[in-house]
This record gives sequence, C-alpha cells and structure tokens, in this order.
Amino acid sequence: MESIISYKPLLAVLIPVLVIPVLMSSARRPNVREAWVFAAGFIMFALVVSMTPVILAGHRIELTLFRLMPGADIAFRVDGLGMLFALVASSLYIVTSLYSIGYMRGLKEHGQTRFVSFFALAIASTIGAAFSANLVTLYLFYEMLSLATYPLVAHHEDATSRISARRYLTFILGTSIGLVLPAMIYCYHVTGTLEFSTSGIFAGQLSKPGATVLVLMFVFGFAKAGVMPFHSWLPAAMVAPTPVSALLHAVAVVKVGVFSIVRVLTGIFGVDLLGAFHLGTLVMVIASITILVSSCIALSQDELKRRLAFSTISQLSYIIFGVAMLSSMGQLGGVIHILMHAFGKITLFFCAGAIFVATGKKYISQMKGLGRQMPVTFAAFFIGSLGVIGLPPTGGFYSKWHLISGTLEAGQTVFMVVLLLSSFLNACYFLPIVFQGFFGKPDDAPVNAPVTVREANLCLVVPLAITALASMALFFFPQMFVDLIVLGLNL
Amino acid sequence: MTELLALIVAKYNFWLYIILMMIGLYAMIAKNNLMKKLVGMNIFQTAIILFYVSIGYKHGATLPIIQGDHGGHGTHGGVIHAAEYINPLPHVLMLTAIVVSVATFGVAMALCVRVYRRYQTLEEDELRIRLSEK
Amino acid sequence: MNHMPAILVLAPLSGAFFSGLAAWIKPWLSFYIALAATCLSGVAAICVLGDVMAAGTVQYRMAGWAPPMGIELRIDPLNAMVLVLISAIAFLNLVASARSVDREIPDRAPSFYVMYQLFVVGLLGVSATGDLFNLYVLIEITSLTSYTMIALGEEGRSHLAALNYIFIGVIGASFYLLGVGYLYITTGSLNMQDVAVILQQIPGSSSAVLTAFVLCILGVWIKMALFPLHVWLPNAYAFAPVGFARVVAPLMTKVMVYVMVRLMVTVFGLEYVFNTLHLADIVVWLGVIAILAGAFMALFQTDLRKMLTYIIVCEIGYMVGGAWLGNTLGMAGAILHILNDALMTFALFLALGNIVYVRKQVAFSNLQGLFAAMPWTMAGLVLAALSIIGVPPTCGFFSKWYLVLGAFEAGAYHFAAALIISSLVCAVLFFKVFEICFFGPMATSHGHHDHGGGVMTEAPVSMLVPLGLVSTAIVAAGVYAGTIVNTLILPFLQ
Repeated sequence: MESIISYKPLLAVLIPVLVIPVLMSSARRPNVREAWVFAAGFIMFALVVSMTPVILAGHRIELTLFRLMPGADIAFRVDGLGMLFALVASSLYIVTSLYSIGYMRGLKEHGQTRFVSFFALAIASTIGAAFSANLVTLYLFYEMLSLATYPLVAHHEDATSRISARRYLTFILGTSIGLVLPAMIYCYHVTGTLEFSTSGIFAGQLSKPGATVLVLMFVFGFAKAGVMPFHSWLPAAMVAPTPVSALLHAVAVVKVGVFSIVRVLTGIFGVDLLGAFHLGTLVMVIASITILVSSCIALSQDELKRRLAFSTISQLSYIIFGVAMLSSMGQLGGVIHILMHAFGKITLFFCAGAIFVATGKKYISQMKGLGRQMPVTFAAFFIGSLGVIGLPPTGGFYSKWHLISGTLEAGQTVFMVVLLLSSFLNACYFLPIVFQGFFGKPDDAPVNAPVTVREANLCLVVPLAITALASMALFFFPQMFVDLIVLGLNL
Repeated sequence: MTELLALIVAKYNFWLYIILMMIGLYAMIAKNNLMKKLVGMNIFQTAIILFYVSIGYKHGATLPIIQGDHGGHGTHGGVIHAAEYINPLPHVLMLTAIVVSVATFGVAMALCVRVYRRYQTLEEDELRIRLSEK
Repeated sequence: MNHMPAILVLAPLSGAFFSGLAAWIKPWLSFYIALAATCLSGVAAICVLGDVMAAGTVQYRMAGWAPPMGIELRIDPLNAMVLVLISAIAFLNLVASARSVDREIPDRAPSFYVMYQLFVVGLLGVSATGDLFNLYVLIEITSLTSYTMIALGEEGRSHLAALNYIFIGVIGASFYLLGVGYLYITTGSLNMQDVAVILQQIPGSSSAVLTAFVLCILGVWIKMALFPLHVWLPNAYAFAPVGFARVVAPLMTKVMVYVMVRLMVTVFGLEYVFNTLHLADIVVWLGVIAILAGAFMALFQTDLRKMLTYIIVCEIGYMVGGAWLGNTLGMAGAILHILNDALMTFALFLALGNIVYVRKQVAFSNLQGLFAAMPWTMAGLVLAALSIIGVPPTCGFFSKWYLVLGAFEAGAYHFAAALIISSLVCAVLFFKVFEICFFGPMATSHGHHDHGGGVMTEAPVSMLVPLGLVSTAIVAAGVYAGTIVNTLILPFLQ
C-alpha cells in the first residue's frame, strides 16, 4: 500500500469555492449561473471519480497543506471510507442542483444567488470533511459546514426561519465547541497525535472512565449525527427550502456528522480499545434508543418533511449502531448504509418538494389520491421508502441484511429485535402514504372525477427518478462500494 | 517594641512616602470633587518622586558635582570615590517623572475645565446624575 | 551601524512634529505626513524582523552610549513580531481613518494626526526598549496621548471617561515606577538584561525583589485592564472617536501584555516567577474570572461598541491566564494570542468603524438589514467574530488550541473550561448580532416576502481595503500558526 501525493483532493474542495465569485457575478443571468453550478459539479465529480481506481487498488492519496503541530496538520488523506462519502456527496450535488433549479424557479424564490453560493460552500466543506486526514482537519470542515448552512436554513427570512436557524446553530455549534473541541484537544494532549489510524491512536493511555467520557463527548458532540437528545435541530431545519433539506439534511450535513463519529470510533479509538472497555455496547444502546424513539415520533407527524426528518434521525443511528457492533459485518452494514440511505432519503425529499411545488400540499392527510395525479413521483416515493425500510430490490436491503446478520453472529438478540422492530415501524409510517396516495380518495375532489396526470416540472421529476433508479441499481451493483469500505476500514 | 521603633526610625523615608501615597490614594478615591481628586493624584505621584530621591542619599556624602581636575573633596588625580557623592541617577530619573506628572496634571486640568463648561459642576455625584439624565 | 531600530521608533516622532507644522500650511498635509511616517516605521519594522530572524537579537544603542549606562533598544523575536504588528495596524488604521476623522473631528483633524503619531511612537518604544525606566516614560507617552485622543470624542462623556482613565492609569503607571525603584535599589541597574543577570545572584527570598515584582506586575495589569482593574476600559473605548478606538483597542492592552511577558521571561526569569513565587495558581484563577466576567458582561450589552470592549476584557484573561500556566505551551499560546487578538480586535473595530460611518449609532436596534446594506463590512465582521469564537481556520482557533493544550498539561482544567465556556458565550453574542443584521426588521409575513430592498450603502473603499487585508491576515495567521510559533515564539522562549 503506497501513499501517493496528489493535488486532486485539494482541487476537489477548491472548485466549488472558486466558483462562488463567478456565481455572484452572474446573479443577473440565472441561466449562466446555473451553467456554472453544473460545470463545477461535474468537474468535482470527475475529480473524485478519477481518484477511485487508485483507492480501489489499495493505495492512498495524501496531501499536507499546513503544518500546525506534529500529528495535527491540516492535511488530506483519501482512503476507501472517505472516497465512498465523497462519491455520494459529489454525485448527489449534481442531481440536487438540477432539482433546486426546478424548485426555486417553480416557487419564484428570492435570493437564489446567495442560495447557490452557500450551497457550493457547503458541498466544498463536505468533500473536505470526507478527505480529512486527521481530527483537526475534520473539525475544521465540520465547523465550516455548520456556518455555510446557516444562511441556507434561514433562507426564507421570516420568523419561523429565524427561530429554527437559531436552534440549528445552538445545537450544532454548541455541541461542537463545548464537547468535541475539549475532547479533541484532550486526545492530542494524551497521545500527541490526531491522525486517523486503523488501530486507534491510544497506546494504553486511557482508563475505562476516561475512555467512556471521551467516547460520549464525541458521540453527542457531533450533533449533526442527530443522536438524541441533540436531535431537535433536524426537524426545525425543515423550514428550509426542500433542496436544502434534501441534500444537506439527508445527505451532506447529517452524513458528515455520522461520518465523523465513524472516523472517531474506528480511527481514533479503534475497535480493540472500544471492545476492551465494552464501549461498543454502550454506543449501540444509545443508538438503539434514538432509533426506536424517533421512529415512534415519526409516526405521529403529519407534515411530510417532519416525518422524513425523524426518519432520518432514526436511520443515522443505524450507521452508528453498525459501526459500534465492532464486527466486520456490522461495520460493513453500517457504513454502506451511508450510501443506501443517502439515495433513498434524497428520493423521498425530492418527492416531498415536487408535491409541494405542484400542489402546494405539505401535510400527509392532504395527500390522499395524489398518487393518481403524480404517478411517477409516488412510484419514486415507494422505491425510496423501500430503500429506507430495507426491502429488496433496493440497496437498503443490503445494509439492513448485514446489520441483522451482524447482530445474529454476535448473539445480540436484543439488538436484533431493535432492528426488526424499527424496520416494522418504518414500514408503518411510509407505506400508508404510498397506499393512500394511489388508492385513497381525496377529500376535496368529487369521488369519481377524472384525474389528470399533472406532475411537477421536469427539472424536479428527472432527479427523483434518477435517484430512485440508483437506489435500485445499488441493490444489484454494490460491489465497488463494498470494496472501498473493506479497504478503508481494514475489514 | 524597641526593634519596631528602630525599624521605623531607620527607614523613615519609606514610611513617609507610604503615608503620602495613601493620602493621595484616599483623595483620588474618596473625594467627590474632581479637582480634589486631581490634587490627590499629584500627591500620589509626588510621594513616589520623593521615594526615588531618598534612595540616592548616602550618609556623609555631598552634592554630585565634580570641581575641576585637582582639588575638591575626595579626588586623587582623576579617581573619584563614588561613596563621597550622593547618587545623581534617581534625581535625573525623577526630573523625567516630574515632567510626566506635570503633563498629566495639565491634561487632567484641561479636561476638568471642559467638564465644568459642559456640566457646570465638578462634583462627581452631580455629574453622575447629569449623565444618567442624558 | 544599522539604524533601523531607531528609525522605527523615531519616524513617527518627527512625523508628529512636521504634521503639527503642516497644520499651519494645509490641514490635509498632516494626514499624508502621518501616513508616510507610519509607512516608514512599518518598513523599518519588517527590516528589523528580517535581521532578527537571520542573526538573532538586535541590540541598538541610543546615541552610541553603551548599556547599562546608556539606553538600548533590544529586539528579539518576540518584540520584532510585536513591532511589525503595531506599525502595520497603525498604518492601516490611518488609511481607514482618512474619511472618518474628517467626519468625527472636523475642526481638529491635524491635532488628531499629531497625537496619533506620538501614540504610535509610545507603543513602538514600549515594545522596542531594553531599559526599565525608558519603558515607564514610553508607557506614559502612550497614556498621555491616549487620554487626549479619547477626549476628542463625544463632548462631556468622553472627557469624563478620559478623566477616569487618567486616575486609574496614573495609579498603574506609578505602581510600575515604584516597582522599578525597588529593582534599582536591589540591583543598581535599569537595563533589563543587566537586571536579569544581577537578580540571579540575589536570593529568591528577598522581599525587595518580591515587592518589585508585585508592584510592576500590578501596574501592568491595571494598564492592560485585567478584571477587576478594567473599569476604565469600556467607557474610555466606547466614547473615544472611532479613528482612535480602532487603533487603541487592538494595541494598547496587547502591548501591556507584551510588557508583562517581558518582565516575566527576561527580567525576573521564569525560574523565579514559577518556582520561587507561588502566585501562579491564584493568577490563573484571576484569568478564569476575567474571562468569564468579560464574556458575561458582554452578553448584557445592547450596544455593539460596548460589547466589543467587554470582549477585550475577556481576551486579556486568556493571555494572563495562559502566561501564568507555567509551561511552554501556555506561554506560547499567550504570546500567539497577542498577535491574534490584535488582528481580531482590529478587524472588529474596523468593521465597527464602517458601520458607525454609515449608520452613526451602533445600538443593536440600529443594526437591522446590515448584511444586505454592507456586505463587505459584514463579511469582515463575520470572519473576525468567527476568530473570536474560535472556529478554524481563523487564528483565534489556533491560539485557543495552544492555551487549552497548555491548560491540560498544567492540570488547570478550570482554565480550559473557562476558555470553552467563553467560546460558547461569544458564539451566542455574535450570532445574536448577526441575526439582527441578517433578518432585518422582524417580518410579519410568513414565507417569501419581496427581497427587492437591500440598497447597498457600503463604506468607502479606503475603509474596506484595510478590513480586507486584516481579514486575510486573520486566516493567514491561522493556517501559518505553526510556522509563527516555531520560528518566532519558541526561539524566544528557549
């Protein structure tokens, strides 16, 4: 395994940042602006893809930018895990950009230039986090992401946005400065390094109480992962326009949170230390609570986006759950769920937005019979929900299968029950929407009136179709991603 | 008791300047009138100047002025015994400090004049009332 | 002999003289002379920095008299950095003041420039000198000019604020002078290096040396506004004219921190301070209290300017606590924070100055819709605020990093906790302000209101360019923090 020095990770992060001044200067020519967004997205995706063969061959790409202290530089290192995340984020950025054109123009939203500029900054931070070589760099991009997404959450500039954006920032900045920062510096103080390594950085310097406190500080500190009780920013952030909710709160922001926890658990603490102190079980318990409680809350939500938000909270903890299992199966299942959930959830959010643009409806109770009017959208919604529930023929089945097998293998029947129960709950809150959509009777229209098919505009429908199909494709072709994870985590 | 008395008598210059300093400090803090505070400030600074000057003193020494090449007290063909002369350095330093003190006093007085012109009073409690009214 | 150090300190002095004369000819000439003088100082400072990094400590004898009789300027890596900082900030502030001084002090602009240059002379001298009494004189030059410049502000209030500052400032400087007197009694010398060598011979139990140390440090603490000796600062900086507040806020207190470090490291020696005296724990607690008090008092302010002055009090707590932690990391963090805090505070006050220029008042109620009206200024303000909160890659994060690491190493968990809490409080503070600036008047309608408003009323370019440069410097000082520590600070501490 060699380390190759290359500027590609830096370029991939810089491209979206460099395009921002261009976007701002073409504020008056929306088509030119959108063209630049796509150009940046495609170049970034191409860069990320071009690095994949190197990683699949078992090597790593490195680049050190600035030296701060030994073991705490600002540096990039691309490995399998980071590659997976970067592929997800960069590919979905292109799809979401198409979607947001349709959404923002469909609703004649204001401040579109500000929107696309901060969107680009957010994606740059996400890719930066994916490629971070150590905890300091990861923290840097984590904070950059929090700040870049604040204007996006507060986009509508009304009273609810103000309060929600405040809550967003309070939870996310408060936990990262209050919990992650001291924990990170303490780790550096004890070990003298923060580089992610496959067996953790501690060499017996931690005692069980110390390690427990640190693990808890990290798991709760990365509040973007939505672990309860620091989860309430997620439903609050749903006031943002749907493209924001879709990409950021289904794919980028929340996945950076979860990704950070995965990195810390596998790269800083290491499987051995966690196993020795039984911290894996502790984290699994925390994750299980979140999984079950948020699924229950999701059942009670009538606003579609809020139901999706609670579903996201639940699904994120699956990933943490899987990694905390400390077994190959569990870790594989957990990490690949990053991929599967991303595609599934983004489909669902795209559908929610399309419904809102086409009909102005936000509440599930209003959506009876809507499936006949918007068949493509609801079909995609069906596929997306299968992906989140974990049923074939979607990729979500693959990750669920591995998670459940992992619990069976380790003989942890309680946790297996948690997984099965939550899958059942998922079905309970998603399938009725689809069912009612296709077979229900709308409250406001006469019973036997002919229904015209009136989908939202093409810019909205094409992306959701693409992601739905991709969800299915991942069921049949997950191999490349599995290889990336195996290489990245040394399974 | 006698040791304490001996101690005080031996270091009387230090005690004197401490008392002066405390008087000045008291005036700066406790007095209500701005001019009195200024005077207190001056006393405070003067106490320190006196302290410095006093540390240059030596028993039985004379003024630090050398008279010509030959002649004068204690010179033997160009060699000067420092013990015969009081230390001039603190005096020199204090010339500077006096200048600083005078300049500060001048600035402070000018400010007092402006304050009086604006508020027609130099009493602190009245000024506080005037300020909170604005 | 290389005369750069002398040029560095004396250029603004002659500039002041000529500015004063030029006032009789043409008032605007005094501005340009001031600009030229500070520029010359800046260039000289950079040359001296180059010399120091190449050859080590630079010693310059004023008028050729050898120390310890003569006064020498002694420039090592620490004060080389501080000198560049002072001259750069003084120069950039002048550029930014071009328009604001005319607006704020229309009839007495030349006197402002004269006093300004004398102030800069004082600061540069404090940082460059190697003589203890010379240091007192220069501190007093700095103070006197700052008293007068504060009084150029709002009629009445600024005079009273300046008077209060005079009273407390005189006490502080006099304590320092007393301390120097005791040092003179015990060592017979006034040159810092000389005193340091002689003090090694004196047993640590000497009460005279202890008195000297306590008095000197107390005097410097009063001057740097360490809580609870800070009472003069908020009013003085809030009522001063903005052109002056912009230069005194980043520099004055930081230069006093430099003086404290100089006294601790060079004159008395770290051995004495930490091993012989047992004050370090108390002082770290003082630092903790200063941090928390400053942060929470800032929270209760309704005026942007007052809020920023309380943040200065908080930052001083960082530096004092960090310096007294007793390990290299803590001291390095404190010194790095001198640089970083000066940059951050300067950026904050530059942005503040721009807002005052456009909107006249900076009570929170007056700040609505600023992001749309003044985007460049707000960008600078946001970056400076992020640095104060401690978000990477700005410089504030990196000095916090060293300070917290030093705290962990010294077992001073209360100090680390205070640092983290103050970061959170500052985050609340600034985002409260940003919310007001971003959202404009509380919208009554829910949803997409017309965004046709937002007329851009930015400050003039001469006020934006310095802000842009300092913002870049904040990020550069952040990512190159490692370089700065390794090339300047650690060699100094060896």
